[in-house]
Amino acid sequence: MLNMDEIQKRLISEVADLHKVPEGAYNIRSNGQSVGRQSTENITITPREDGKGLTITIKAGTKNESVHIPVVISQTGIKEVVYNDFYIGEDADVTIVAGCGIDNCGSQDSQHDGIHTFHVGKNASVKYVEKHYGSGNGAGKRILNPVTEVFQEEGSHVEMEMVQIKGVDDTNRTTNAKLAENASLIVRERLMTHDDQKAYSTYLVNLDGEGASADVVSRSVARDTSYQKFDAKLVGNAPCKGHTECDSIIMDSGRILAVPALEANDTDAALVHEAAIGKIAGDQIIKLMTLGLTEQEAEEQIINGFLK
Amino acid sequence: MLELKNISFNVNEDGKDKEIIRDISLKIEDDRLVVITGPNGGGKSTLAKIIAGIEKPDRGSIILNGEDITELSITERANKGIGFAFQQPVRFKGIQVFDLIKLATGTDITMTDACNYLSAVGLCARDYIDREVNSSLSGGELKRIEIATVLAKGSNLSIFDEPEAGIDLWSFQNLIEVFQGIRRRIRTGSVIIISHQERILDIADEIVVIKNGKVGAHGPKDEILPTLNGTTDAMKECRMSGSYKGDETC
Repeated sequence: MLNMDEIQKRLISEVADLHKVPEGAYNIRSNGQSVGRQSTENITITPREDGKGLTITIKAGTKNESVHIPVVISQTGIKEVVYNDFYIGEDADVTIVAGCGIDNCGSQDSQHDGIHTFHVGKNASVKYVEKHYGSGNGAGKRILNPVTEVFQEEGSHVEMEMVQIKGVDDTNRTTNAKLAENASLIVRERLMTHDDQKAYSTYLVNLDGEGASADVVSRSVARDTSYQKFDAKLVGNAPCKGHTECDSIIMDSGRILAVPALEANDTDAALVHEAAIGKIAGDQIIKLMTLGLTEQEAEEQIINGFLK
Repeated sequence: MLELKNISFNVNEDGKDKEIIRDISLKIEDDRLVVITGPNGGGKSTLAKIIAGIEKPDRGSIILNGEDITELSITERANKGIGFAFQQPVRFKGIQVFDLIKLATGTDITMTDACNYLSAVGLCARDYIDREVNSSLSGGELKRIEIATVLAKGSNLSIFDEPEAGIDLWSFQNLIEVFQGIRRRIRTGSVIIISHQERILDIADEIVVIKNGKVGAHGPKDEILPTLNGTTDAMKECRMSGSYKGDETC
């Protein structure tokens, strides 16, 4: 394994499910530096000229390969902005696993802002998994502000799984996508905030080409005194289909603002939004209690299922 | 054995107390399948919820195997061996059928174990085990999954609140077989079914009639059932299924 301490290894396993060096292409960034990098025949990872990130190039036709680019921060006070540009060739079919884990036991804030840009070639298919995780009990905050820009060419397919379940104090996540003819985008966001955390999640999806489709679904739970804002806007500029949904559970004194928005600039744009916020239904808790669970265990099971 | 002593339960309607259960006393012996029947609004479901701890009685006590459980929570009663199948099963976003059955057993069961419970209620297990217990399931499917959770829990006292509601006629025969199977297995426990259905009444050892919040009649099936013929929805059901023979059998 790479030269990392136990905290760093734990963070890597939380955000990328990695317990050893991954197969395929990877770059592991730890405390502001690359501690391991590997390109493959079809996937090239090179540092950007300005030194502030990576350029990842995936050859046309690459099938069933993966790229792992996890980031871990275990020193307090690190603040970094990293630009990673992905160029995915035509007809490629790849999985990209990103994610960031911060352990902050110190008094200064630790912050990672990952700016990811995806250029997805014709008929290419990408599964993108991004997990965020925070731990450590220092007074310094754990802050993550990811920006994801997606440019999809004709017939391409992108599936994004964004997960942030624990420990990140402040997050301001922005995702913008532009879809050409017959391109499709699926987003599944799962978010849980606790204590006095704040999470902002903003999506702007432009459906520019005929036959483009987007399905943006967020499930979230706000506990304690945390606050979330989900702001998803779909813009239909051609005959297209779009659906956005925000389904949230609030507990304790948690607060959520859901702002789904639709803009149709073509009479054949079919756009739908749904938003629901509420506490856990009492009869759900009662049902699980009749199976022998305590009220607290029932709540945990309901939330686990909801965010699964 | 379950014993209800002088149970009363009121609800507040338009600022006035309305008595739903009026001083009910009842004994359910072990190794019995007891069907509670009676007109709608008579207090049957409320009584079932009082036994499971979902509602608290205003007066009276509930004794399970010699222990007063009146003040125990739903969870504590579940852990004492009381199982409860809801008349209107609850939906859960994200929780899969397998998860729910696993929670019901309280152990780390295998897929095969879970499938056995689904097969027992007439569901083709592989089509359902990965499904979410959400609004994609029909009322009848949910109902059978609900019954499967109570089977999986393996209770000493299982209460089924109108299990036939929302189940089509074809599935209904399976349901009768499920309850006949449960009846064969009970020895140290008992089963209570709230039902209007004559074919369910027909598999009972004892029948309790609840009317206007009181016990109208309680006795062996052979004694009570003839007095009910033509008075319950059950008879309509017999005629609809074409099995009505013009007498008390169906």
